[in-house]
Amino acid sequence: MSNEKIQAGLEKYNASVEKTVAKFPERGNLPEQRLYTPLDVKGVDSYAEEIGFPGMYPYTRGVQPTMYRGRFWTMRMYAGFSTAAESNKRYRYLIESGATGLSCAFDLPTQIGYDSDDPISEGEVGKVGVAIDSLADMEILFDQIDLGKVSTSMTINAPASVLLSMYIAVAEKQGVPADQLKGTIQNDILKEYAARGTYIFPPRPSMRLITNIFEYCSKNVPKWNTISISGYHIREAGSTASQEIAFTIADGIAYVEAAIKAGLNVDDFAGRLSFFWNAHNNVLEEVAKFRASRRVWAKVMKERFHAEKPKSMMLRVHTQTAGSMLTAQQPNNNIVRVALQTAAAVMGGTQSLHTNSKDEALALPTTESVTIALRTQQIVAYESGLADVIDPLAGSYYVEALTDKIEKEAWEYIQKIDELGGAVAAIEKGYIQKEIQDSAYKWQMDVESGARTIVGVNKFQQEEPAPEGLLKIDASVGIAQCERLAAMKAKRDNAAVEKALADLKAACEDENENLMPHILNAVRTYATLGEICGVMRKVFGEYEAHVNL
Amino acid sequence: MDKPIRVLVAKPGLDGHDRGAKVVARALRDAGFEVIYTGLRQTPEQIAEAALQEDVNVVAMSILSGAHPHLFPKVVNLIRAQGQEDVLIIGGGVIPESDIPALKEAGIAEVFTPGTPTSAIVDFINANLK
Repeated sequence: MSNEKIQAGLEKYNASVEKTVAKFPERGNLPEQRLYTPLDVKGVDSYAEEIGFPGMYPYTRGVQPTMYRGRFWTMRMYAGFSTAAESNKRYRYLIESGATGLSCAFDLPTQIGYDSDDPISEGEVGKVGVAIDSLADMEILFDQIDLGKVSTSMTINAPASVLLSMYIAVAEKQGVPADQLKGTIQNDILKEYAARGTYIFPPRPSMRLITNIFEYCSKNVPKWNTISISGYHIREAGSTASQEIAFTIADGIAYVEAAIKAGLNVDDFAGRLSFFWNAHNNVLEEVAKFRASRRVWAKVMKERFHAEKPKSMMLRVHTQTAGSMLTAQQPNNNIVRVALQTAAAVMGGTQSLHTNSKDEALALPTTESVTIALRTQQIVAYESGLADVIDPLAGSYYVEALTDKIEKEAWEYIQKIDELGGAVAAIEKGYIQKEIQDSAYKWQMDVESGARTIVGVNKFQQEEPAPEGLLKIDASVGIAQCERLAAMKAKRDNAAVEKALADLKAACEDENENLMPHILNAVRTYATLGEICGVMRKVFGEYEAHVNL
Repeated sequence: MDKPIRVLVAKPGLDGHDRGAKVVARALRDAGFEVIYTGLRQTPEQIAEAALQEDVNVVAMSILSGAHPHLFPKVVNLIRAQGQEDVLIIGGGVIPESDIPALKEAGIAEVFTPGTPTSAIVDFINANLK
């Protein structure tokens, strides 16, 4: 059919529905058109350049040539709470239940570089993740888990260098060499300033730590993903889909620039960069977002940084379903939301996935609800057919048009951020934070005005009994953790600790020194996380946020 | 009321999730209140100090990390101890219903859980401020 014929048909169709449409009640936040046709997508002429084939530039259809026809995505459940021993039990349960990778959640004191016995940690120890004070805790966390076999993702940012060093040290004790280790550290400080809040040091020394890790791992831990550049938290903080990928890719550009400035060759480290997306409620928009993000990153790496290795241009992504979309009301409905979000992540072509549990708007998940979340992935993988062919929504007029639209919006943001001097400057100026806040506020106002419906929250509400059987972290966890820490400190060689910390301090003061070997040495002496970060705090100072409402 | 109501929106504890706190702060401001937001990682002492310095009528705290049983009552005690008997103290966040009676017992006037419209918070403040 020629474009003229399609145009004529479309006009006829539009005329035929005009009267009926006028009678429909208004619904907010809908796509511009009710129907998409071949007129909304670029013709076959641009197929090779813009869409292409899986495993080939620009990777719109996926980064691996065979995608899930080869193997399914890694089913990686984020877990960690209370003590190292309790979390170890949960990890072993997940592995026995068919999870194919681990994902460690750390408590807030750990994420901000404080020991459990620091006064500021009071009330927080073991609450949102596992408390790790030293190598001793890490040994318990991975007890009877073969680090040569499992791949481990650690949600750790400001002190990522310390936790990675602990992981390397535990592996040494298991007899697993560092070059066999597989996993990811989040290590994405820019989104901490912009959206997630667990920063410690100011941007400059933080960027140094990150490039130190890139360099150290490219030589010593080559299978490790040295960063997970995260849009997840940007989206959770309220951004739109386009903002999620735009701000994250802008952060990615800043990391690549910092590493190149530090003297690294782009193709030596770019293949170990990975990304982290949110799988939100709007299935088709999310699929388009995944596809657009791969295309944007491929173009950035090829055209802006002149990467040559294909791996450097591939946006490999871990995904988590949207925690902020879970409702405390009628929590069983969340199972359905997570299933749809899983469908989006899978049709979007994710490399690994965490599915949230139904009770997470209320508390940390119980074992039972985590099992349902894992089963959701298994049902989508084995029963739904969604993983049977690669990039199944390609060629949908709507999804292709939406992919183009999201890509265009992302480029506009990236250009704006470039004009502001890059992601670091844009964050320092508060630009990215303000954009996210504005989107969050609009979302909330749309929910309150009814322009956006959330089932069970602003429509279809019902009286319900208080939920039962939630996971609770007892205050005694903090006390016991502090006792273990005191016992460990009494046993270790304190002179060795002092020496390692003094050596680390000297290294911090010398900008040309890579900090990783010094941190690893300190970790091996059982210097604590708080002690190591304390030394760095002294030299580097701490970041202070400025908030414009 | 002649003088506008002054509200301190505060983030006690270590969690960095302030989407809710910022949305609430903005909604309260749009409702005509004067709003001060503390930013992240405030100790109970810092929050009490800010409540005093800013001479606020309301302290609205948000916690998503589960540290509320420890931190909320601590802030209440500090604020009362400095003589601010009439300050209305409210809280919100990921807070299981079973924790709410103890928080109210400790002096938190109301606890707003996920899904609460911001208008409910505005209404509560207007209805309960002495």
